Amino acid sequence: MATLKQKAEEIQEEFAMFDDWMDKYNYLIELGKTVPVIDEKYRQKQYLISGCQSQVWLHAALENGKIIFRADSDALITKGIVHLLIRVLSEESPEAILDADLGFLDEIGLKEHLSPTRANGLASMVKQMKLYALAFKAKQSQS
Amino acid sequence: MNSQIRAQFPILERRVNNRPLVYFDNAATTQKPVRVIEALDRYYRQMNSNIHRGVHFLSQEATSAYEGVRQQAARFINAPDHRSIIFTRGTTESVNLVAHSFGQARLKPGSEVIVSEMEHHSNIVPWQLACERYGASLKVIPVTDSGELDLEVYKELLNPNTAIVAVTHVSNALGTVNPVKEIIFLAHRLGVPVLIDGAQAVAHLPVDVQDLGADFYCFSSHKMYGPMGIGVLYGREQLLGSLPPYQGGGEMIDRVSFEKTTYNELPFRFEAGTPNVGDAIAFSEAMHFIEELGFETLNKHEEVLLSYATDRLRELPGIRYIGEPHVRSGVISFMIRGLHPYDLGMILDKFGVAVRTGNHCAQPLMERFGIPGTVRASFSVYNTTDEIDIMIEALEKAIEMLQ
Repeated sequence: MATLKQKAEEIQEEFAMFDDWMDKYNYLIELGKTVPVIDEKYRQKQYLISGCQSQVWLHAALENGKIIFRADSDALITKGIVHLLIRVLSEESPEAILDADLGFLDEIGLKEHLSPTRANGLASMVKQMKLYALAFKAKQSQS
Repeated sequence: MNSQIRAQFPILERRVNNRPLVYFDNAATTQKPVRVIEALDRYYRQMNSNIHRGVHFLSQEATSAYEGVRQQAARFINAPDHRSIIFTRGTTESVNLVAHSFGQARLKPGSEVIVSEMEHHSNIVPWQLACERYGASLKVIPVTDSGELDLEVYKELLNPNTAIVAVTHVSNALGTVNPVKEIIFLAHRLGVPVLIDGAQAVAHLPVDVQDLGADFYCFSSHKMYGPMGIGVLYGREQLLGSLPPYQGGGEMIDRVSFEKTTYNELPFRFEAGTPNVGDAIAFSEAMHFIEELGFETLNKHEEVLLSYATDRLRELPGIRYIGEPHVRSGVISFMIRGLHPYDLGMILDKFGVAVRTGNHCAQPLMERFGIPGTVRASFSVYNTTDEIDIMIEALEKAIEMLQ
């Protein structure tokens, strides 16, 4: 199975095909549209990460030592980025998630979306993912 | 004529995402003409000093310049006296000042404060804080489907317990121009004072606080071509003079002793600390800019842009205007069916078009319309119909990408 780093590189390769922003965004929007990333049952208030501009829902569960993230957003571009983050960070160990380098978003020119000033919920989502990892790690070391 | 005006705004030459900037976020803040920028620069190069108590030349010069702006601001809104003009950081601070000082003097358990459903958060939250502190309650004038205030309900809300009415002159989210003169008239029949949030009005329509009968009128320099960080609170002199101070410090005092401090007279008792002299002086140039153009010219240009934009937007599939008020100023709020405002705003930005998306700091209003937010295009004197065409093209592209 691909490592976190390999998955990030894969995404970089996919985006390297696009010369201009429009193709890139079209692809991002396609990702946002085609992938049902969350069950309706998780589109609830307790999973909501409220951004001023768009909303993100995030659910996390620990299965066999790996964290499974499910997430969604009401805005398509945000959802596309959510999809990329899930692809890289889900099904990874808490340690791997805590150490994860999200530099690939910079490489593909989408880092701006993680800026807290965008207020789209993504910056808080990444923070929340790391917090889940921290919590699951603490839980693992207790048991 | 328009190119001459555009030439006065250096920022309009910028390119954004490799495209010419199309700036349609004027309701958030307008761009600044060279004369404003130069006035600020000149102040710090030639005049900077602390005002009012200095015996030296520069202090005298800066003091008279600063006080001159106060008189100019009084004339700008036809206030009867410069003593009724308080300089603040902006509209938000003006509202907070009144909510604090008026609240302390007049709110008690059982008192009611009337606001409207279309208020900006800055004309809601200060009143909520004051109501909590003094056991008063907030009453809300509802908004109709067309985006106007329901005056019938307003009439019913007014009662002997009403302490104050605080409403906006022009809605920042919908562009609705409210009949504030009538609102004030109805309140005054019961002896209730009225605060008007004029942030979105002052750059678009001539304001005469005496004709309106406003007891308080608040506005910001930065939404009318002036610098950020300076604004005005107009207060009817007798009422303002009866209120306790807002912040304590230098300038606002008469005599200080540890037993008892007495306060300065208006306007200084509400201006604690060193004021924002440089921005006030640059603000003066912004008022000159508007006065020299004249509201007639401004309005004519704005009407052309609004009606052109409304017509062109109508060509787009799934367009829905949020708020279609009879009298509108400067702002068009819209949605495209099935599309999220944030996605539209992101793609417009890629085309160099700056609009605002989201709830416009008016969450109760968005809730009333049951929407997550809108796309808001707001126009100014330097905008052109060509720029509207660019926005429409960008929207067509965005719709194609997102659907």
